[in-house]
Amino acid sequence: MSAPSITSIPKPRSPYKARKTGNFELNSWLFMRGSGLLLVVLVFGHLFVNLMVGKGVHAIDFAFVAGKWANPFWQVWDLAMLWLAELHGMNGLRTIINDYATKDTTRFVLKTLLYFSALIVLVLGTLVIFTFDPCLDPASTLEVCTNR
Amino acid sequence: MWSWVAHRITGVTIFFFLFAHVIDTAMVRVSPEAYNTAVETYKTPVVGVMEVGLVAAVLFHALNGIRIVLVDFWGNGPRYQRQLTYGVIGVFVVLFVPFVWRHLTNVFGG
Repeated sequence: MSAPSITSIPKPRSPYKARKTGNFELNSWLFMRGSGLLLVVLVFGHLFVNLMVGKGVHAIDFAFVAGKWANPFWQVWDLAMLWLAELHGMNGLRTIINDYATKDTTRFVLKTLLYFSALIVLVLGTLVIFTFDPCLDPASTLEVCTNR
Repeated sequence: MWSWVAHRITGVTIFFFLFAHVIDTAMVRVSPEAYNTAVETYKTPVVGVMEVGLVAAVLFHALNGIRIVLVDFWGNGPRYQRQLTYGVIGVFVVLFVPFVWRHLTNVFGG
């Protein structure tokens, strides 16, 4: 047991210095609510179009994705869903790590893994949406390829 | 208290699924065959039933999230918080039952 230190107690009447922490936690709290409401629309729309309409999950294959991403509407939809969901989930896990990981090193390792995985998902997902070309194979018989 | 616990558990579940889902969708960039192989697994009975669990998690997380927004921002939200929780359960059942019926018909009906 070490003796309690008294050096950190400020002298009486020393001016109060507010810690400069900014509004990050307030902003992320607001972001969770805003992105959450947008994601309700984006994710329910995604689930309805991909699983409930027509043959449901059995309709999904390469041609299905090619047809969907030939339309900028679904490119923007999926891009917004990707970024909002990943940042919403990343911030949620950041909060959970802060709540349950009490050791500094554990928190550091878990958060490094978290941010690294989020970076992979965001970069990979964005690249896939924007560099996807369903007609790379010149012999492709897909409708989006034969029509142009 | 229990909706708070469930919100965390469903949130973490969805986050891990999103990681897998972005990777499997990225297979469209590899080749049509690679993507079709990946998405075939979604059509198997086992994953088809797991998808029901995933949608249950998404539905609860979304509806409970709306409840949290209402409690935080709507003037009468805290006063009606109990009714809002019953609302989450009610809307969950109304949306989940038709989904399960339709999705499992698709999965098992070929």
